[in-house]
Amino acid sequence: MFYREAGQYKTSYAADQQIFPIRQDRIGIAVILVIALLLPLAASEFMLSAIAIPFLVLALATIGLNILTGYAGQLSLGTGAFMGVGAYSCYKLVTIFPEVNVIVHILLSGTFAAAAGVVFGLPSLRIKGLYLAVTTLAAQFFLEWCFIRIPWLYNYNSSGAIEVPGREVFGTLITGPAASGTARYYVVLAIVVVMTLLIKNLIRGRVGRQWMMIRDMDIAAELMGVRPLIAKLSAFAVSSYVCGVAGAMFVFFYLGASEPAVFSITLSFQVLFMAIIGGLGSLVGSFFGAAFIWILPILLRVGLPALGVDVAAETVFQVAQMVIGALIIFFLIVEPHGLARLWAIGKEKLRVWPFPYA
Amino acid sequence: MDMLYNILIDPFVQMVDAPDFLIQVVWEGFVAGVLYALIALGFVLIYKASGVFNFAQGIMVVFAGLSLVGLHEKGVPAWLALILAIGIMAILAVCIEKFVMRPLVGQPDIILLMATIGMTYFLIGLGEVIFGGEPKQMITSELGLPTGSTAFEMGERGLVILQHIDIAAAVIALLMVGGLAVFFNRTRIGRALRAVADDHTAALSVGISLNQIWAIVWFAAGIVALATGIMWGARSDVSFALEIVALKALPVLILGGFTSIPGAIIGGLIIGIGEKIGEIYWGSLVGGGIESWLAYVIALIFLLFRPQGLFGEKIIERI
Repeated sequence: MFYREAGQYKTSYAADQQIFPIRQDRIGIAVILVIALLLPLAASEFMLSAIAIPFLVLALATIGLNILTGYAGQLSLGTGAFMGVGAYSCYKLVTIFPEVNVIVHILLSGTFAAAAGVVFGLPSLRIKGLYLAVTTLAAQFFLEWCFIRIPWLYNYNSSGAIEVPGREVFGTLITGPAASGTARYYVVLAIVVVMTLLIKNLIRGRVGRQWMMIRDMDIAAELMGVRPLIAKLSAFAVSSYVCGVAGAMFVFFYLGASEPAVFSITLSFQVLFMAIIGGLGSLVGSFFGAAFIWILPILLRVGLPALGVDVAAETVFQVAQMVIGALIIFFLIVEPHGLARLWAIGKEKLRVWPFPYA
Repeated sequence: MDMLYNILIDPFVQMVDAPDFLIQVVWEGFVAGVLYALIALGFVLIYKASGVFNFAQGIMVVFAGLSLVGLHEKGVPAWLALILAIGIMAILAVCIEKFVMRPLVGQPDIILLMATIGMTYFLIGLGEVIFGGEPKQMITSELGLPTGSTAFEMGERGLVILQHIDIAAAVIALLMVGGLAVFFNRTRIGRALRAVADDHTAALSVGISLNQIWAIVWFAAGIVALATGIMWGARSDVSFALEIVALKALPVLILGGFTSIPGAIIGGLIIGIGEKIGEIYWGSLVGGGIESWLAYVIALIFLLFRPQGLFGEKIIERI
């Protein structure tokens, strides 16, 4: 009744091809954006720095993985390492060129991750599926080793960790320990929103359609004129770029300092789970998945004591891990397309409401 | 020039200079390779029978080892703990078949792989809740496994030390492979397993119960996991760190081919010996610690030339 496109006529090609062709979707997106913009007024510093910022950053990383696994069909277990490449190259850029705007560095650092992604994506031209997963594991362990063994990457810091220096943009401190949660939140929000829009358009266009053709059946796609070399490597490049930017933001706006262990295989799996639970091949699903996996342990940590169940912090973490593992299996069995599919079903129901059928 | 000498010549000079050390290194690699091969064996078993790439084999090793040690800590005698641990693996196998595999029949490989990753997370959480996160000492002597070592003199060129537990591990691995080969080729259930691996539908039509077969296969993998857990635990500790080491079985499988039991053994030995020699003789050139990724890179290079592995079946693509 409320969510219905009846009466919305498209009178030009531009109107027909816009990202959100349905008016209610546009209103919904606008409302969400306004809420996101006003969030710092209502939320505490803790909510911004510990929930909102990592949620947005991890959602971006999930989008990056989704490009590769969900849209181009190449399973990757090396997301954490590609995020690490972004973080470390951003750190190097910031310390070598301190006078350049830090946001430029963050966007540039993704290109280094993209280069790493292309190199480790090369085997995808000959192998696929499970075999490819192993080669991305090679990327994961090799790059992780580089973060530990190449002291140049962390400026010969004796602790082996990178510490984010304070940097200002337009007179406001946005990185480093002294930056306020609000400032960091707005920068992260801006980057995530802009990149999501760009990726949405990329996926709607020629490049994205080629990725999906490769995913659905690579040999058939090749016969129809898609060049697998270009399609697969561009998927690796774009995916790693997005992951790299997310990794740089993860350290610069969320952690503040990081050691190599942050970008271990655990992070890769975490992002993979976000993509699965959210729904492979869905951008909105990436946000759902990131929210779910990131916020569920926090809810359990806060919620269980509130319910009167007295448990140690360590046990909560382990229980959360069990719950996530069980949920992964549950989702794969009940709804392999993840939360995004539930969202789509909900929208369909809204459309015909209050009637059972349209 | 110096660099080239260090890479191409110096390691071999070292090898010839100290043959006892080289033999020791190769032996260490051999034993590590046997353990990789044991883990890989668990993967192959399940892959052969159900086409599932079982990511959870590593955590099954940890889980089996932990339940054995954990039961013993509770005061259960070693032999009874061993039987109970086997029982736990049987229950686990039935649960996995019933709650994970059965509802996912016919899904694409990638979905099944992800389900086993989910299983890994579940088992890590469960294991830590039940047994706690600290590493535990394996009850080697209580199980009647040898703990001593023998030193072999090599004339005036030094001596090579062999741990008895390592020899036992190699023997047990050999027995296990032999036993599995007999099981697969000579028994009724083994033939049924191979039939299921070839074609699910055809196997069903001649009256083979898929559910039963899968439970048996997961149980067999569980027993292999228990043996691996004991052997590996005897060399170091039983801890969750093993789970990352178990990922090394993936390059082993790529070398050997996903469907071949001898391939798993030979691949395991190549990776085990290769990475030990690489670490000792070349690792110092780049700062050490290359063991963590050398296996994967070997597999990566290998994949470019022979995507189906040493003994795997040739992959034929059709539209």
